[in-house]
Amino acid sequence: MNVHILEATPITPEEIRSTAQAKLDAGFRLVTISVRVVDEGNVELIYHYDKKNEMSHFRTKISKDAEIPSISSIYFCALLAENEARDLFDVRFDGLVLDFQRTLFLAEEAKSIVNAPFFHVPSTKPAGKRT
Amino acid sequence: MATTVIPFGPQHPVLPEPIHLKLVMEDEKVVEAVPALGYVHRGLEMLVTKRDVNQMVYVVERVCGICSCIHAMCYCQAIEKLMNLEVPHRAKYLRIIWSELHRIHSHLLWLGLFADSFGFESLFMQFWKLREKFMDINEATAGNRVILSVNVVGGVRRDLTEDHIKWILKELDVFEKEMQRLTKTTLDDYTVKTRTVGKGVLTGEQALQLGAVGPTLRGSGVAQDARQLRYEALGELNFEPITVPDGDCWARSKVRFLETLQAVDILRQALTRLPDSELAVKVQGNPKGEAVCRVEQPRGEMFYYVCGNGTKFLDRCRIRTPTFANVPPLLAMLPGAELADVPVITLSIDPCISCTER
Repeated sequence: MNVHILEATPITPEEIRSTAQAKLDAGFRLVTISVRVVDEGNVELIYHYDKKNEMSHFRTKISKDAEIPSISSIYFCALLAENEARDLFDVRFDGLVLDFQRTLFLAEEAKSIVNAPFFHVPSTKPAGKRT
Repeated sequence: MATTVIPFGPQHPVLPEPIHLKLVMEDEKVVEAVPALGYVHRGLEMLVTKRDVNQMVYVVERVCGICSCIHAMCYCQAIEKLMNLEVPHRAKYLRIIWSELHRIHSHLLWLGLFADSFGFESLFMQFWKLREKFMDINEATAGNRVILSVNVVGGVRRDLTEDHIKWILKELDVFEKEMQRLTKTTLDDYTVKTRTVGKGVLTGEQALQLGAVGPTLRGSGVAQDARQLRYEALGELNFEPITVPDGDCWARSKVRFLETLQAVDILRQALTRLPDSELAVKVQGNPKGEAVCRVEQPRGEMFYYVCGNGTKFLDRCRIRTPTFANVPPLLAMLPGAELADVPVITLSIDPCISCTER
């Protein structure tokens, strides 16, 4: 199946690197990292891995001010997804192999104007009430 | 030896879209390449807060002009999964038909640009002449050449007539003959081979570890293609991924060249077996929950993560496009290359920057 309901295994931020290393050792490819805003103070990171078209997903919930370990030294390709998360959601990573300092997608001048432009707290209003 | 930093892009004759590479050079050899993006970042994912589930179909189509309808198909599949919708049989075939038409015109566009990158202007013209027929087919069947807007949540909004099917099958025969005529020039020509063989080599192991997808991955001998997941009508059609083991620019161009002929085969199967049914099912309610979907774009695997909250607006729509995945492999291909080969190697991943930045 190319489409499925997401079933992600919860992990703690401390387990992010060990999980990534275990996946690399098992021959998995990192598909990407998704960021989702949970509420005003928290975001959720979902790590998507693939091996021979079989996916596995891991999610971790963190405070938006917390710093979490980067997996870019394990999966080099994570550097773009992590820098994107830094630019758009202000998620901070410890140990990024190439830190664009919030300028992967944002212009240098924008840094002082806008912080975390994609940080949008989900609405719980019922359908049809929002414009 | 002293190093020099040479900027490559964002404006460069071989780049149809802006990407900037800072090339750290030792004499004529690249030592390191550092990318700089952000020239066409539009924040399209954020539009889920302002556009409803159905309007977002047209937003995601605009992530990329070249593979617009495949973006919409992937997004619609994810929403349909959340809403437990079963797309009509004919719509599943039509989605694959328009997807494969897109694959052909995208690969032809790239083959032309690639020939142009090493100065083979007449080959560039040949491929783009062939591409025009597919743009005509898009226009005749969908009403537009690039942004097709044929997919909707629940199915498709256009159909093919018997005359369309006969015409497309006839054009496919002509196209196949033309491509066979170009095979020797594209794959065996001395100039082409001199500029592409052994350039930008990526092993299969490197490709997997760096997250490569599509022809960049299959050009390194790894038989992985999201179409193996048999989505939509592909479960009823014969298909095997095309691989070339060499891992260089020539291998990646060969994969794309052969994939145009493979797409012809898929199209013939789909067009001759096109079943009768409705085009779309009625959609009621709003999506709730999280779903992920993957399909194969011309440039490789595309990934959508959508999160619905039961309202007509999604909480999140995360799009991982193929070029986003192929930039890290590019950074691994460049060290050791001659400066003169950088344009050819960069183009060999078929970079789509508007996709990458969204």
